[in-house]
Amino acid sequence: MTDQDDELLETGTPSGGLWQACLRQPEIGLAILLFVVVVGGWELAVRLFDIPKIVLPSPSAVGAALWLGLSTDFPHHFAVTFLETLGGFVLGAAGGLMLGILIGQSRLMERTVYPYIVAFQTLPKVAIAPIIVIWFGYGMSSKIVITATIAFFPLLANTIVGLRAAPQDQIELLVAFTASRWQVFRLARLPQALPYIFVGLDVAIVLSVIGAIVGEFVGAQAGLGYLILQKNFNMDMAGVFAILIVLSVMGIGLHLIVNAIQRRVVFWMDSSSDKVMGA
Amino acid sequence: MSDDLITVKGLEKTYRTREGTRIHALSNVDFSVREGEFVTVVGPSGCGKSTLLKILAGTLRRSAGIVQMRNQQLEGPSREVGVVFQAPVLLPWRTVLENVMVPIEIQRRDRTRFRAEALRYLDLVGLDGFADKYPNELSGGMQQRVGITRALVHDPSLLLMDEPFGALDAMTREMMNLELLRIWTESRKTVLLVTHSIPEAVFLADRVIVMSPRPGRISEILEVDLPRPRTLDIINSPAFGHHVSAIRAHFQSLGSLDA
Repeated sequence: MTDQDDELLETGTPSGGLWQACLRQPEIGLAILLFVVVVGGWELAVRLFDIPKIVLPSPSAVGAALWLGLSTDFPHHFAVTFLETLGGFVLGAAGGLMLGILIGQSRLMERTVYPYIVAFQTLPKVAIAPIIVIWFGYGMSSKIVITATIAFFPLLANTIVGLRAAPQDQIELLVAFTASRWQVFRLARLPQALPYIFVGLDVAIVLSVIGAIVGEFVGAQAGLGYLILQKNFNMDMAGVFAILIVLSVMGIGLHLIVNAIQRRVVFWMDSSSDKVMGA
Repeated sequence: MSDDLITVKGLEKTYRTREGTRIHALSNVDFSVREGEFVTVVGPSGCGKSTLLKILAGTLRRSAGIVQMRNQQLEGPSREVGVVFQAPVLLPWRTVLENVMVPIEIQRRDRTRFRAEALRYLDLVGLDGFADKYPNELSGGMQQRVGITRALVHDPSLLLMDEPFGALDAMTREMMNLELLRIWTESRKTVLLVTHSIPEAVFLADRVIVMSPRPGRISEILEVDLPRPRTLDIINSPAFGHHVSAIRAHFQSLGSLDA
């Protein structure tokens, strides 16, 4: 217990702010403590029971591999996967948003086009990834397309639902003031859909990372997914774990960026946003 | 005839439900509203009073009959009409002033001129200094005042109000009624207000249209000759009590006491 408390003090004293934050909100301190206990226990277990490196690397070995990777080939592969993720996300999200608006505005579109889209959605994207790689090659474009097919649906579904979220009396009021269909869309339907659209964006950005990795697993020349396969093949477990850390940092970072934009754009939903998240 | 703003003759409305049965919501409704008059419509739930208001607002089609405004057929929503619903239905992402300007934007009117008008009306309803606040920073009564300002800003000839204070507590409601009378006196609009409160209907109106349900029809139109300007004291006067009990007796004879 004592050396963990020392750890806490050590991380807390230099910044000061963190230490004060821990005093004000004890759960922050507890979360850090939990991390230290788990990682410490892991390190201890690996050393104590002499677990082979190819089964479970120790945290210190992972840390060393992470350091080595970051100073050598990680940045290049990170850039490739990041661009694939972002490119596929933008493409898929934009497509889902636009088609969602079209379907949300027209019953005819909903009845004729939507069933096919749902049918396409039920296909596991991993299963069609090999086809896409054959069509678009082993470079980044095939990963972008695979990612786009995954990011597409959350936007589509949430946009359609969101466009119907505007209360009936709000629409009726605008119509009574002689609003046109387009004006009702611009003044009420689209802004009311924004909280739903952001839920879609949040889901899509996290799925996009998965999409890029899946694409790289199927066939690639670069990227973190490609690197995982390579390290796996060489039984470099510590290296694989180090890449997983990089990937989760990427996912968390993108998720936080989407959340930050959401808070700025949908500022009026601050207190009741939980309701939408659950929907 | 010539100074009637609204003329309704033989108005009928029949809904068809999803199961295919027909609901006769309005039957042979006849009345007119003079320019500058304050008319209230009172009746129990299901008497079609909201339906009537929606037809006048142009958001609901009539089944048969004539609805005229200044002797011209009213087809669909009109720029000459301002509406207030029971809920304020403000857009939460717009400030008070931006909400009030919604009809101006929709009808592409001169923004700078009506911006000044909007601020003047916000003053009139006692919301000076709140123009840049967001709706969730306002109380229910204040939000409804924003809704009333929004209905007045484009200078309509007719103000349609569907139980505008129904969601407010009794004290706020009395205060809002007084304020509405003050706004009405100062703005000289014609008002048609729907309510299910008999005292409220009598307190506000020049004339009360009494409706009865199934099918919704006018059973009586009552002149309220109480002096203006009215204060809350008038509620205790014998004349006021007389009007209220006359309407109540009417509903009792119909067996609908929920009004």
